[in-house]
Amino acid sequence: MPEPPALPFDPALALDAALAVAILGAALAAVSGRGVFRAVVFFIAYGLMVSIGWVRLGSVDVALAEAAIGAGLTGVLLLAAHGRLARAGAATDTPAGAGRGWAALAGLAVSGALVWAWFALPPVPARPGAELAEALPRAGVENPVTAVLLNFRGWDTLLESIILLAALVAVWMLTRDGDWRAPLGVPQHANAEGVMAGFARVLPPVGLMIGGYLLWAGADAPGGAFQGGTVWAAVLLVAALAGLWAPPRLEAAWFRAALVLGGAVFVLAGLALAGVGAGFLTLPEGAAKPVILGIELALAVSIAVTLVALVLGPPEGPPDAPPDAPPGALPDAPPGAPPDAPGAPR
Amino acid sequence: MSAIVLLVTVPLLAALASVVWPRRAPDLVAGAVALGLGAALWLAQAVWRGGVQLVAPGGWGAPLGIELAADGLALAFVLLGAGVMAGVVLSARVEMAPARAGPRAGFGFWPLAMLLWAALNVAVMSRDLFNLYVAIELLTLAAVGLVALGAKPATLVAAMRYMLFALAGSLLYLLGVVLVYAAHGTLDIALLGARVAAPTDALALALMTAGLLAKTALFPFHVWLPPAHAGAPAPASALLSGLVPKASFAMLLRLWFEAMPDRATPGALLLLGGLGAAAVLWGGLRALGQPRLKLIVAYSTVAQLGYMFIVFPLSAQVDAWTGAVFQALSHGLAKAAMFLCAGVFILSAGGDRMADLRGLARALPMTGFAFALAAVTLTGLPPSGGFTAKYLMMTAAFGAGQWPWALVLAGGGLMAAAYLYRPVTALFAGERAAPARAVPRVVQLVPLVLALAAIALGILSAAPFEALQIGRPEGAP
Repeated sequence: MPEPPALPFDPALALDAALAVAILGAALAAVSGRGVFRAVVFFIAYGLMVSIGWVRLGSVDVALAEAAIGAGLTGVLLLAAHGRLARAGAATDTPAGAGRGWAALAGLAVSGALVWAWFALPPVPARPGAELAEALPRAGVENPVTAVLLNFRGWDTLLESIILLAALVAVWMLTRDGDWRAPLGVPQHANAEGVMAGFARVLPPVGLMIGGYLLWAGADAPGGAFQGGTVWAAVLLVAALAGLWAPPRLEAAWFRAALVLGGAVFVLAGLALAGVGAGFLTLPEGAAKPVILGIELALAVSIAVTLVALVLGPPEGPPDAPPDAPPGALPDAPPGAPPDAPGAPR
Repeated sequence: MSAIVLLVTVPLLAALASVVWPRRAPDLVAGAVALGLGAALWLAQAVWRGGVQLVAPGGWGAPLGIELAADGLALAFVLLGAGVMAGVVLSARVEMAPARAGPRAGFGFWPLAMLLWAALNVAVMSRDLFNLYVAIELLTLAAVGLVALGAKPATLVAAMRYMLFALAGSLLYLLGVVLVYAAHGTLDIALLGARVAAPTDALALALMTAGLLAKTALFPFHVWLPPAHAGAPAPASALLSGLVPKASFAMLLRLWFEAMPDRATPGALLLLGGLGAAAVLWGGLRALGQPRLKLIVAYSTVAQLGYMFIVFPLSAQVDAWTGAVFQALSHGLAKAAMFLCAGVFILSAGGDRMADLRGLARALPMTGFAFALAAVTLTGLPPSGGFTAKYLMMTAAFGAGQWPWALVLAGGGLMAAAYLYRPVTALFAGERAAPARAVPRVVQLVPLVLALAAIALGILSAAPFEALQIGRPEGAP
């Protein structure tokens, strides 16, 4: 039987080379030029291609996180920042300063050092291969990434989930004092018959299910609380942007409780495990999986709500609101709708 | 329940609770600080009697898991953190109460202060380079939020600049961590200390050090510090100047003396010391010309942080290590006291220009005295903690035959006396032109207690000196 004619090149290698060129090109396009909008668009494209790169490297968990958070959520945040600059009448083009040359030089130096390190690094170290292989069957979950994130190094993940809260509280400190009682972000209006509103009615059930699946599957396959929570955040954001869901106010107690749920469950579970004698955050072998899933569910809820609040931004009253307007006098309070009710239609 | 676990979880729970119940936040936080202070003292006696204390969250231990350990160095910073936090929280019950500070700052201060405290405790106790990254990241974000409490546009610009510097530092540090893991497959400091060196180690150490220098605000990475520390409300400034730079400094000590002492070349150590000396001189010079008290105190922080870095070129000397940690502790106490004094003066006089301060010590004798005592520590006069620190470092400098460092120490003290002379003479001037507003007694008392603690560190230096030797890394002098 004749062999199929051999290609003059390895197709996988060609794909990788094209991907590498495209990643570098998108990165270059994002940092060169002066338009902020253009930079954001290329940054999102860059993130998506990097996530494909992670798939090619066999790190599907990282790829999911990069696509959802690195490209998707960060992209939305940057677009929101661009919109805010435009609304404030600020220049959205960066001035061509001398700082750019220094930044390029520093970037080149770090890149050069990394290239050198690639060749100078010793072969894959013996650690932690044997220890990891021995411990994985006792971790309670099949997915090694989840085992590391929620079991071996759960203490890292606990702190990381709380970093999100620190970032959110810091963002809220940028609120104008008179706007503190206004809803988060700027009011959104969309045509009730339009594409956005229709899309926002179809997407949520699907998105909620996908997020839940990612969360559940994360125990044994790529996925987990961060990925699932991000998908849920996207669902809420679409509903908010279409005007179908009124963003909460900071005074809504359910909203603040949802923000801290994940961190609180994680810390209290850790302390409870220490209280029953297992040790702080030490999961007993038999009960590891249900405990991990419970913590991940709480984390995903908090991650979703926190990401939504980060994208919506600090509370913003109407631009002409007098500073320190008394609560209740805000013109954009929807009449008749309790401000705290989730899903209250506009 | 181990004291270490309490010290890292109680502040976190207090932060979460004060987000959910903002009206009860001052009381919740006060309870948490009392609990944390108790845990810190409990830990102190455990370390004093039993040596280094260890906890492995998750129960796996290195290299798969993470370990938290309290040695003498960690204990010193845990005690500093708990003490300063207790003083700041007492003052903040007046200054950051929602009724006075407004709903925004009155909401944000409490969770941010608690997150900062949790991050500090992790940063000084964690034995894992990536866990340290997470801790320092949490510390940075909480600190940036605290700067942003001072809502003036100039302060927000300062907060933004701080964030850009600190995040660039984070990325450099993280890059170094990645190189360490790629070469050795572990991030545990003790395991790294026993590693077989790889060719990329020097690059990794350089990257991590550059990142941490940006966060510690060592000259020439200090430009973000003065406007940020001076623009925040006084209780926030006390945390930012007294505690935050100490976390990244402690990490630098662990990297250079525990994880990779073999990569510490004389040239690199000299460079770190030289930058420290430049910080002492430049910070002192800039402090001389500042019009406002908070700016003088903030530039003084730039100078005082510089002293700590003189430990690096003197690393062959027994006393340099202890002296640098004494400097970190006494600066932390004295600087927190000074910023809280500035807050009292602003509450009373409405501003912190030299003219506002004239004769204020007559109306606020306790606070005026506290400021003078803190100045004694910062100038390094006996019998303060600052004196003990400089004495130890001078001994080390002469012992090493490197007398120029002694000149820096002495010159820095003279400059501190010069830049603190103006506010002190203004405070103790004969008569006061404008009437001073009354300030609650507890707010006047807190800086006095902190300043006295900085003095006591010098008088009762024997026990802390001995405690600092517990678990001192072999790479250290």
